[in-house]
Amino acid sequence: MLAPAPTIHLQSVEKVFPNGVRGLAPLDLAVGQGELVSLIGPSGCGKSTLLKLIANLHQPSGGAVRWWGEDFSAIGREGRRLSFVFQDPTLMPWSNVATNVRLPLDLDGVPRAQAEARIMPALRQVGLEHAAKRYPAQLSGGMRMRVSIARALVTRPDLLLMDEPFGALDEFTRNRLDEDMARLCARDGLTTIFVTHSLYEAAFLSSRVIVMAADPGRIHAEYVIDPGMPRDEAFRMSDAFARICRDLTALLSEVSPRRAGEEGI
Amino acid sequence: MTVSPRAIAVAAPIAVGVLVLLAWQAACRLWHIPPYLMPAPTDIGASLAANGPALLHALRSTLAVTMAALAISVAGGVLSAFLLVQSRLIETSLMPYVIIMQVTPIVAIAPLIIILVKATMPALVVCATLIAIFPIISNTLQGLRSVDPGLESFFRMHKASRLQMLLRLRIPSALPMFMAGLRISSGLALVGAVVAEFVAGTGGSSAGLAYEILQSGFQMDIPRMFAALALITVAGLVLYGATAALQRLVLRRWQAQG
Ligand SMILES: Nc1ncnc2c1ncn2[C@@H]1O[C@H](COP(=O)(O)OP(=O)(O)OP(=O)(O)O)[C@@H](O)[C@H]1O
Ligand SMILES: [Mg+2]
Repeated sequence: MLAPAPTIHLQSVEKVFPNGVRGLAPLDLAVGQGELVSLIGPSGCGKSTLLKLIANLHQPSGGAVRWWGEDFSAIGREGRRLSFVFQDPTLMPWSNVATNVRLPLDLDGVPRAQAEARIMPALRQVGLEHAAKRYPAQLSGGMRMRVSIARALVTRPDLLLMDEPFGALDEFTRNRLDEDMARLCARDGLTTIFVTHSLYEAAFLSSRVIVMAADPGRIHAEYVIDPGMPRDEAFRMSDAFARICRDLTALLSEVSPRRAGEEGI
Repeated sequence: MTVSPRAIAVAAPIAVGVLVLLAWQAACRLWHIPPYLMPAPTDIGASLAANGPALLHALRSTLAVTMAALAISVAGGVLSAFLLVQSRLIETSLMPYVIIMQVTPIVAIAPLIIILVKATMPALVVCATLIAIFPIISNTLQGLRSVDPGLESFFRMHKASRLQMLLRLRIPSALPMFMAGLRISSGLALVGAVVAEFVAGTGGSSAGLAYEILQSGFQMDIPRMFAALALITVAGLVLYGATAALQRLVLRRWQAQG
């Protein structure tokens, strides 16, 4: 059987910033349909850079990024939709939750009536249908992040990119949102690339964990997790989860700056 | 019984004002200070009543200059800011002149403007505008630049057009800074109008409150001078209150706390 083109394919992609900083050494990465891949590694190892290259917010200095085997002009078409969730909610403070969620549809030129009809289902997915008329200043940090996720989901993306979306939240809220994310991604077969600082979050969500190293940014190791395991509270308590966390801790210690001979704090 | 902080915020300054007025009145009466040195509040009130029509006419004149200058400042300032934000080159070439305009004391160039612009009203408006426009330009410019970089990336990722960027991102982002600029400018427009009237020193049908003050000084009619001064202060307070209310109204939703 001939395999379809991977959702994302990076071929010898490299990023050197205009100031000469080498953000990423040439690297290869393929992400297939329905995978949930997380990127983890020490600060400054190029996780955000890699994600922005995939979102076309950065241009590679070398190599090529392919989306479904095509170039970026294909993005936005049916079956080729991409959504990005930033570390901060980045909501429009002057608009209410419903209008914030509708924004990508407005920008994509979806007719108003059609766009309106998609707001509530998206808000329901993140449990915020009661807050549609509220303004961002009236929401908690976790609620704002959920609005940001609803805004990403409302376009019915085929590829979801998230850069430390829950980094600023407390552990309790973060775990709950992780469970919601796992459920959504599994249900819709959404292809997701997820940057995180937390190896527990990576272990809980991913079907594959990419461990990155710094100076220059590169892929150090890959760790595959059986995607068949249901990602719920029971999984978090299981021996399998503990073993995954142990393995990831070992991999991360190999790339920790101190081990690599750099100065600590 | 508990008093709300809001009631205190209104009542306390009023109480202070009443106390000061009472003390002022008492001091004038107790030490028999003649009105041409320091009029008592009741003398000022009497003068205000006696010269009511003339003073109100002058107030209308000053307010006309103020409002015209404010309107031109808003239109011109916002347009300038949009022009300056178009490119770094435009900004670096023009910004020094905007600053030169700002740092030159208006009193120093007002006589020149009054000679150049023949008609009195337009000359006064030009002077007041020169004073009032700067906060609008600089605040709007800063506001247009204060766009959340994440939101900007979001717009770019969705291939937003320049017009969409402007209407749905830049203008709303600039609004809080613009409103703060408007509040400062409204006060400066009044200052500018009064200063310009002083320099022009014109009487006649378009005489403003500054002319009333000058005239009262020549005639040693000190209560009338204070009455004109009181009207300027009240006008300033009303302007400040109006722009503050407008600011609250426009920004109430995205600063709402509850
Ligand atoms: N616009 C830029 N110009 C120059 N250098 C940059 C730029 N963006 C990132 N870098 C550099 O590239 C490297 C990788 O940065 P990146 O933001 O991708 O790291 P990260 O893994 O996301 O770190 P963190 O976990 O702290 O978010 C860093 O050394 C950073 O200083
Ligand atoms: Mg980062």
